Amino acid sequence: MAEQVPLVDYLVLGDEPHLQANECTACGARFFDRRNACASCGKTEFTKVAIPTEGVLRSFTIVAFAAPGIPVPFVAGIVDCGGTHVRGNVVDVEPDADHVSLGMKVKLTTFPIGEDSAGTEAIGFGFAPLEAN
Amino acid sequence: MASDDIWILGITMTKFGKRPDDDVVDLAAEAALGALADGGVTIQDMGVLAAGNLMGAAAGIGQQLQKQIGQTGIPVYNVANACATGATALRTAIMAVKAGECDMGLAVGVEKLAGAGLLSGGSRKDDADTWTPKGRYGAVAPIDGRIGTEIMPGVFAQVGMEYGYEHGGATFELFARISEKNHSHSTLNPLAAYSKAMTLEQIMGDIMIAYPNTRPMCSANCDGAAAAVVVSDAKLKTLDPDQRRRAVKVSASVLTSDPWDEGCQQLPNVNTLTRRAATTAYEQAGVAPEDLDLVELHDCFATAELVHYDNLQLCAPGEAVPFFESGATWRTGSTPVNVSGGLESKGHPIAATGIANIWEVCHHLRGEAGDRQIEGAKVGLAHVIGLGSACGVHILEKAA
Ligand SMILES: [Zn+2]
Repeated sequence: MAEQVPLVDYLVLGDEPHLQANECTACGARFFDRRNACASCGKTEFTKVAIPTEGVLRSFTIVAFAAPGIPVPFVAGIVDCGGTHVRGNVVDVEPDADHVSLGMKVKLTTFPIGEDSAGTEAIGFGFAPLEAN
Repeated sequence: MASDDIWILGITMTKFGKRPDDDVVDLAAEAALGALADGGVTIQDMGVLAAGNLMGAAAGIGQQLQKQIGQTGIPVYNVANACATGATALRTAIMAVKAGECDMGLAVGVEKLAGAGLLSGGSRKDDADTWTPKGRYGAVAPIDGRIGTEIMPGVFAQVGMEYGYEHGGATFELFARISEKNHSHSTLNPLAAYSKAMTLEQIMGDIMIAYPNTRPMCSANCDGAAAAVVVSDAKLKTLDPDQRRRAVKVSASVLTSDPWDEGCQQLPNVNTLTRRAATTAYEQAGVAPEDLDLVELHDCFATAELVHYDNLQLCAPGEAVPFFESGATWRTGSTPVNVSGGLESKGHPIAATGIANIWEVCHHLRGEAGDRQIEGAKVGLAHVIGLGSACGVHILEKAA
């Protein structure tokens, strides 16, 4: 099997793929990117926390018009995963307003996005409707 | 005795739209000379110049402008603050006058965006030859389109849809009706880039950009400039009666940035900073939302206008949908919003927008708005927001 890398470093691959945030040890604010200090309280200590893989779709848009190279239409959304908001695409669903709805329950899913010249496979993530699983 | 009030002495906006024969300096000069003439003053009277041109932020539009209208040696502040650039320039001039550094100042915002397309914000590049983690997310490939969207129509679509998630009722048709209102209002504005009414069917049936925003529900990229002359109360008292009569009082001038809250870095929170700016502005002005005779707010997308009804406290919390459905924000309603046509039809030459919306309010307060005059207008509010984020709120009042 080809070697795999996650699309972003906050996606943890393995038997139970999940997202991981940097949590401020002082105030509990969560960030998915590298931080110099906490945007909420200014302290500088962080710990890694696993984000729940199931959540509720708080908002979405169906992008029909995007930069060259981005397949359209696709559904971009914000998922509330146990109180932490996560940006991601809604996948495994017809990209139209009849099939995507506010408040729908979704679950993290991962999939290959392609191989590089060394044969390494990059793995992306999205959120799929729970009912369809 | 003079107070520490600040007044708009002169203000103007250029015709918005396609201006192929004018460069940014031509447009800035047209607006600046227009504002000076409107105030009955000259560049020699100005003690400070604040200028913004977001697309050319490194080029120093202020000094370029001086070369064309007067190199008087005054301090120049070139400002850039996303879509709040114009409001930031105005506020910079206001702060200089308020601080007593000078008694008059000029603020200018200009942009050339005609034909720029709708994809601002998208950052997608080709995939690299090897997957190498880069940047703060350790991304091995571009993420726009793979992890949500970075394009503005999509970001603001989600802002409006999130309001629907929290409060209900925010349907495609509702957002399209907001756009219908603004396009209808624009038919009375000869300076708008687009001044054609559009039916609900036309709006909903137009090209979908990012659901629920179709093309006419997105701000119109265009060329344009706006400029304002501000003056201290003490100086105004020395000017002639006609200048004093047309002066408009700046009852509040507020700029905020977005405080951290959960999720704000996944989807920008344009609500909290707007709510805070409005609250501070109402306190500064001693004005309540129900006192407003008109509001120009930042409808960069139809989905954004809805949330700002709530953020600016024009309605009770969570009640933006029934507030709009009541007809309150049409020009015949209790709180006319975007009688200029708004960014969707008047246009959105970015750095000009935050001064042009103040011009619109002043135009009505002076009783000079012609066919689209809101009769008896005495108090108005102008709002802009730039993602990142920056929010400017100004409250203007007719001279007593
Ligand atoms: Zn913290």
